[in-house]
Amino acid sequence: MRVMAQMAMVMNLDKCIGCHTCSVTCKQAWTNRAGVEYVWFNNVETRPGQGYPRRYEDQETWRGGWTLNKRGRLALKAGGRVKKLLTIFASPVQPKLEDYYEPWTYDYETLVDAPLGDDFPVARPKSLITGEDTKIRWSANWDDDLGGVTEAGHLDPMVEKVRAESEDRIRFEFERTFMMYLPRICEHCLNPSCMASCPSGAIYKRAEDGIVLVDQDRCRGWRQCVTGCPYKKIYFNHKTGKAEKCTFCYPRIEVGLPTVCSETCVGRLRYIGLVLYDADRVTAAASVKDERALYEAQLDLMLDPNDPTVVAAAREQGIPQDWLDAAVRSPVYALAKTYRVALPLHPEYRTMPMVWYVPPLSPVVDLLREQGHDAEDHGNLFGAIEALRIPVEYLASLFSAGDTEVVTGVLRRLAAMRAYLRGITLEDDAVEAVPRSVGMTGTTMYAMYRLLAIAKYADRYVIPKAHEERGHELEELGCSLDYDEGPGMYESAAFGEASGRPVPVAVETFHALKQRQTSEGIAPSESMRGRVNLLNWDGVGTPPGLFPEHHAGDAPGEAAP
Amino acid sequence: MSVVLWGVLPYLAIVTLVGGTIWRYRYDQFGWTTRSSQLYESRLLRIGSPLFHFGLVFVIVGHIGGLVIPMSWTEAVGITQEQYHAVALSVGGVAGFCTLVGIAILVYRRRRTGPVFMATTKNDKLMYVVLVGAIVLGLWATLAGATAGHEGNYRETVSPWFRSIFVLQPDVASMAAAPLPFQIHTLTGLALIAIFPFTRLVHAFTAPLHYLFRPYIVYRSRDARPTPGASAPRRGWDPVGTRDRDR
Repeated sequence: MRVMAQMAMVMNLDKCIGCHTCSVTCKQAWTNRAGVEYVWFNNVETRPGQGYPRRYEDQETWRGGWTLNKRGRLALKAGGRVKKLLTIFASPVQPKLEDYYEPWTYDYETLVDAPLGDDFPVARPKSLITGEDTKIRWSANWDDDLGGVTEAGHLDPMVEKVRAESEDRIRFEFERTFMMYLPRICEHCLNPSCMASCPSGAIYKRAEDGIVLVDQDRCRGWRQCVTGCPYKKIYFNHKTGKAEKCTFCYPRIEVGLPTVCSETCVGRLRYIGLVLYDADRVTAAASVKDERALYEAQLDLMLDPNDPTVVAAAREQGIPQDWLDAAVRSPVYALAKTYRVALPLHPEYRTMPMVWYVPPLSPVVDLLREQGHDAEDHGNLFGAIEALRIPVEYLASLFSAGDTEVVTGVLRRLAAMRAYLRGITLEDDAVEAVPRSVGMTGTTMYAMYRLLAIAKYADRYVIPKAHEERGHELEELGCSLDYDEGPGMYESAAFGEASGRPVPVAVETFHALKQRQTSEGIAPSESMRGRVNLLNWDGVGTPPGLFPEHHAGDAPGEAAP
Repeated sequence: MSVVLWGVLPYLAIVTLVGGTIWRYRYDQFGWTTRSSQLYESRLLRIGSPLFHFGLVFVIVGHIGGLVIPMSWTEAVGITQEQYHAVALSVGGVAGFCTLVGIAILVYRRRRTGPVFMATTKNDKLMYVVLVGAIVLGLWATLAGATAGHEGNYRETVSPWFRSIFVLQPDVASMAAAPLPFQIHTLTGLALIAIFPFTRLVHAFTAPLHYLFRPYIVYRSRDARPTPGASAPRRGWDPVGTRDRDR
């Protein structure tokens, strides 16, 4: 047994209102740079829908993830090592920009600069790729809130699958329609197929917390990872020529803060915590023959942090005590394994994803209420789950490789929780039969309610800090944000803006960096060279580069430091 | 003149290649990439790119075979000059032609696809000129040698000179005696070698052959590797280590 720690996330879909705050804050934090305009490390999809990039779940087309070969061994769906190297010159199944969308901005300047005339000036959309006028045809969330679902809903690969299996049970008639939101980030899988696809070995899983990252210095832009990831959560930065992905906000996680998407989630639906797992058994678990057994296999990998043998093995692996304590308090372990209400997204891809989802129950409750039933009564609720407006088959195709029993079980536990708490709150009467009917005790059910409904900040995010014993080594080696145009940028070097050694943001370079960040064009290389050594400055005069350049019109008095 | 061209220039090119590559590897890991433009355009790339790259692999193998292996060796195993030439001309010609067609498609695509053209730097343009030049001149030298009848046996002129470079006694005279097309092609080749480390061509040096041998899943510790070029800091005390750190 080789115990490793994994930082994981649970999203409670019942609470997602589809406001896209997570996407926007993530974009602001990580991908508001040239080259990744089209990239959303976090995106929220309305399901049914095609998703982003379009129809990414159709692995017969995109060939992402793993599959079992003829001998029953785990193999990359897009082909083995030799095939990958032979097709490296033009990756065979690679999403094009149209499959994501062509990013655009608006020509806002015309609004101000347009000459006086009869017509109102219009800010026309301009492509961020070509700079030319463009027509906006698609975006990361074009079919938001079922926009166009009667036209495009059948293009959802999961709808296609369920339809084929259940003879047209999914309809998009207005009165019978349904939808749910699905926020997606990188799954930080235990068995990542992007990593396995990377010819350079630039993608790695951090040994301490399991976060999957791309080494920007070792990535050579072979772009096989984009094909390899079945969730299409690795993106190609077309400016730097490197792959980029969700980082699980590791600089925040290292200091004990939740990710930006979690922190800003208005529905407070995200949970972050540690999971201990047995790294030696990952491949075996991912190779389980029956797709529907993959969910159980994945749960089996998760080790009980209260088990003394697990703790001893973890200590032997050098996992520090505060991390073990955090693993005991982990909301992810509780929701996924103890209460069994969180499910992995598409376990059938065999990547052992580590972002889990509590499937939505609310549509059932709403449906019952509309029909005049007592919507919180557990008897009514249980009966209605199969008649759920979101077909259980559809949820199962997302979260349990089509096994409806798993999803029904989860929904029954959630429904039981509502009924049980309703008894406590309204009738002051805890009906123990309700939790027992779903195999839980009143105490665990109440704890689950605390975690899901009260969801205190400290309970949602149990994030042990990274051990900084070696932190001094990082000083001045470049900060962790030193990607192109990030807060700590590379200076202009011989091979364009992104080349050369990283320059940490320092007081000497602050103004030059700021100027470069705010100017519209590509900064001249001289502006980056104008660094001032503060140690040599006697405080008199204004060395070039130390202060922002003042314009000719400025009063001389203002310009004096 | 000959001494400068065939005795000095090659060394300058080699020094630039080696020095430039080491320098770039140390200081520009982040810029070391294929800079793929497949995201913008994939249809033409899927024809042109494999055609060019696979053609180039054969061309490079052919060059090594022709330049490194002495004529006496091939004759010793019973391959006559005519046989050798026929094979070299046919295989090399086909490979060279594929390479040329491939790069023609790629250059056309680069010029005509808006986003791809916008992503083309001056550096790329210079590189394309030299690269296409080297390919065209190489094909011309081969064809000219074959059709003119004077045979232009480069294995008696260019190859000895090439080998002599590496024993530090450049055989200037034999290269000076080579036909003009070969001389021009060689000069273009030297130019390509000299600019190689400063262009996107460097991705060839990191061809991911180790992919065949590495484990699929890569675990790496959080701060195991310092930034390239930075001197390793001295450790004040032992870290709280996991076993994976040493792996």
